[in-house]
Amino acid sequence: MSSIVNGFVRAFGLIFSFDAELWRIIFLSIQVSGTALVLATVLGLPLGAWLALRRVPLKGLWISLLNTGMGLPPVAAGLFLYLFFSRSGPLGFMELLYTPGAMIIAQCLLAFPIVASLSQAAIAHVDPVIAQAALTLGATPLQESLAVIKEGRYAILAGVMAGLGRVMAEVGAIIIVGGNIAGYTRVMTTTIALETDKGNFELAIALGIILLTLSLAITLALRFFQRLGQAGSTANLWA
Amino acid sequence: MGLELAISNLAKTYNGVPILRDCSFAFAPGRTYVLQGPNGSGKSTLFRLLALLEPPDGGRVRYFANGRELAGDLELRRRITLVLPQTGIFNTTVFKNVAYGLKIRGVKPAQIRATVDEVLEAVGLARKIFHRARELSSGETKRLGIARAMAINPEVFFLDEPTANIDPANAEIIESIILHMKQEQQATILMITHDPAQAERVGDDLLFMKDGGLTGT
Repeated sequence: MSSIVNGFVRAFGLIFSFDAELWRIIFLSIQVSGTALVLATVLGLPLGAWLALRRVPLKGLWISLLNTGMGLPPVAAGLFLYLFFSRSGPLGFMELLYTPGAMIIAQCLLAFPIVASLSQAAIAHVDPVIAQAALTLGATPLQESLAVIKEGRYAILAGVMAGLGRVMAEVGAIIIVGGNIAGYTRVMTTTIALETDKGNFELAIALGIILLTLSLAITLALRFFQRLGQAGSTANLWA
Repeated sequence: MGLELAISNLAKTYNGVPILRDCSFAFAPGRTYVLQGPNGSGKSTLFRLLALLEPPDGGRVRYFANGRELAGDLELRRRITLVLPQTGIFNTTVFKNVAYGLKIRGVKPAQIRATVDEVLEAVGLARKIFHRARELSSGETKRLGIARAMAINPEVFFLDEPTANIDPANAEIIESIILHMKQEQQATILMITHDPAQAERVGDDLLFMKDGGLTGT
């Protein structure tokens, strides 16, 4: 018990002493996950909107595939990407393995189905009268689609936040394609796994606390956006 | 001055059920027509077809200005508007709801602000300009729907039950707005109502629908 208490005491010491190694790991984590999320949103939101707003052949099949992708095991994603990016793989010439670039691609692969699928659901659930209202006010088909997407913005944002939650907490894929190289591809989750293996709990606990704080912030943001969408108002959002 | 509108042999079927049958009529510019009829008789379907929200299965909808037939779906749609019974208010502020139709037409921000102020004053919502639209009462929401339509200064107004499901005070305000529009804007107005007294007060001409057929008085 005392070792756990000591671990926490030292962990807080690391956090508040602004330890350079700790903050390098945190910044890389945010950089990798943030870039992956932006890419996943840039690709996933238009796909979700297209599936929700247009008559698409085999629409049910595409939506089912995206829903399946939401549960894609990170280690499986990591394994496939490893095979693609390894020297003998079809994308080996890109020399991406064990780089932050490979980690971004891995996390993008995990977040993309979440963002696309939840965006599709969010836009499909917008009341059809919104599209009609836009048309009655003189909207072009593109303006009509944008009005519907805008109406579903809070639910879409909740989907993006869910994607962020997934990539921030993920370890299986990035440890395979990133290699957990100190100062280069080492992020919070892979560091926690490594330091726990080594019995060095201070850094692991410190990062665990920060990760939990970020998870809490993501959950609160998710709740905020969901309630904003339901209420259509900023009043009583935290009730 | 409002546009002239002519429909000939208009027909619409949903899932094999005929909703509109052989509707023909000529609507003169600047006049106010009130359409009455039982629920399910095809009034709202007729309005959606006239507002070019969906195509008819048979017959034609034609618009004229100074005797010349108008063409072009978007150009024409931007000269007319339909206030839907459910209104379809966007989940944003009152200001942005009213500004929407102007913004998509590329109107400059200063002019948008001036127009929004003017129409919100006309419908009695000036004090709520920056309120969230979804927080308005049902009567205020109906008034916002009309303000949003007035802002784009249409030449033909379709009002689908603008006073349904609201209290008498709000219904009276909306009726006075419609009468004001009739006098000031000289648009062609078509309105659906179930209130015969209101139809008499507002309409220049009364029309009836029954089983998908349209008759005038």
